[in-house]
Amino acid sequence: MSFKPKSRIKEFLGEKIIAITAFSALLAIILIFAFIFKESLPIFYDAEIQEEASLNKMTFKQEYIEGRDPKWSWQPNSDIPKYSLLPLFIGTLKAALVAMLFAIPLGVGAAIYSAEFASRRMREMIKPVIELLAGIPSVVLGFFALIVLATFLQDFFNFTYRLNAVNAGIALGIAVIPIIFTMAEDAMTSVPQSLRDAALALGASPWQVSLTVVLPTALPGIAAGIVLGFGRAIGETMIVLMASGNAAIISGSITDSIRTISATIAAELAEVVFGSAHYNVIFFLGTILFIFTFIVNMGGELVLRRLKERFQGKII
Amino acid sequence: MKKLVLVSLMILLAVSIITAGSTITIKGSDTLVRLGQRWAEEYMKKNPGVIIQVSGGGSGTGIAALLNGTTDICEASRDMKSKEYKLAEKKGFKPVRYSVALDGIAVFINKDMPIKELSLAQLKGIYTDAITNWKEIGGPDHLIILYGRENNSGTYAFFKKQVLDREDYADRTQTLPGTAAVVNAVAKDKWGIGYGGIAWAKGVKFVAVKKDDTTKAVIPTSESVSSGAYPISRELYWFFSSEPTGEMKKFLDWALSEEGQQIAEEVDYVPLPKK
Repeated sequence: MSFKPKSRIKEFLGEKIIAITAFSALLAIILIFAFIFKESLPIFYDAEIQEEASLNKMTFKQEYIEGRDPKWSWQPNSDIPKYSLLPLFIGTLKAALVAMLFAIPLGVGAAIYSAEFASRRMREMIKPVIELLAGIPSVVLGFFALIVLATFLQDFFNFTYRLNAVNAGIALGIAVIPIIFTMAEDAMTSVPQSLRDAALALGASPWQVSLTVVLPTALPGIAAGIVLGFGRAIGETMIVLMASGNAAIISGSITDSIRTISATIAAELAEVVFGSAHYNVIFFLGTILFIFTFIVNMGGELVLRRLKERFQGKII
Repeated sequence: MKKLVLVSLMILLAVSIITAGSTITIKGSDTLVRLGQRWAEEYMKKNPGVIIQVSGGGSGTGIAALLNGTTDICEASRDMKSKEYKLAEKKGFKPVRYSVALDGIAVFINKDMPIKELSLAQLKGIYTDAITNWKEIGGPDHLIILYGRENNSGTYAFFKKQVLDREDYADRTQTLPGTAAVVNAVAKDKWGIGYGGIAWAKGVKFVAVKKDDTTKAVIPTSESVSSGAYPISRELYWFFSSEPTGEMKKFLDWALSEEGQQIAEEVDYVPLPKK
């Protein structure tokens, strides 16, 4: 088959158009970040804004009323606005931590079963069903946690606070399980058959093969799934907004209510007065969340790349 | 054949222009959204061809939408802040406010909590963490679990101003997205206390509220709110970007008429006092 000269131009144009679409995604990310960051900038130079929300005020304990104990407090709609970020950070991490404690054993366990021990028919059933979990809208999960799960947990464990980090964390975990499961399962099924055959030929039982050969080889893939799942748990909004109680308090207990960064942005941005300190602080929170999830996701990608190299035998 | 297509296209265009002319969008307070929807349904039934779209999101969201020109009517359970009025002025218009109904903010507790009445001072103590145990106000010995609204809610702002004297809510207050969620939580939490519009509070127990220790405690009802005897009540507003005309004016007049106010009462809001 021969090309007409005309098709060269088409080819050239086609290639350029595809290149533009690829770069537009990159450009979008950069522009979004630039915009969010730009809106939070006054915190760093505007004296009037800093009066309410300087980095110092957002980080350290403040004595808001003379004579009372200094404290960390998030009360942006107060007569004396208070913008401590620490309660929000702690809340976010607590929710993500519970989510990971819940999702890692279930996600990885299901992946080991599906990849190593399930019959073909069983596997074809389990995999899509778990992946279907990813399709549940988070607002539905949040509603479920708010109405059903909270009541169940409170009856069962007698929690003082009905909506708390455990409740939100479990609902978040349900959203994270499919991510961990899919990545871990893919990593394990793509372990080369030659490795398994070699181990079996040396007399290992199927259990030994999966535990001592497949699992260690696929570990970077599993780790990547966990890291990406963590990123999702940090950024997820609707579930925590509905199920966590949204109380900005500092406590080490996971049975207390929490307020996360993402839920704070979602709940408050609609009401905020454009250009106020509150507005800038919310965008600052957005910047932090953006950077954090960016780093986490990049970490996940790096681990995945390592996995590929391992399969190609470049590193052991 | 071509002509036929052209003609039918033109008819379609004409029809869509005519109907687009009488589409009204309403946005704002979650407290008012149910009433807005009932009004819209009834009005659309009576006036076919008029399309009214109602959505919630909070008073603040509605006011922002009005300022940005993305809604015709803004429902709000609070007045606009001076900052918001200034912003409107900057954009070159003067918002017009109409009271469309009254609403009492009920304080509710679980059905099993043996408390009947509270004073405004006690409520303030409870929500500012000065009173933390039910036994301090005549109940059993247990921590009081606070439920409230998110800080983008008009109810949050109103309760803070009217009951808390503008002091901060206790940090540990569990804030929920919507009065229905607060009611649900208190219905299921034996030690809970919450607040919200009287239209929503089904399945929980209303607390009678007294202004101070010398006055009688009053249960929030249509009558006690309308007469002003119940101490925590407010007006609910519609904001327009300018004096309403045409279909919007007709809709407003109808909502304020006896018929419209009757509907407000049917869905448990309080009708405006008759002039």
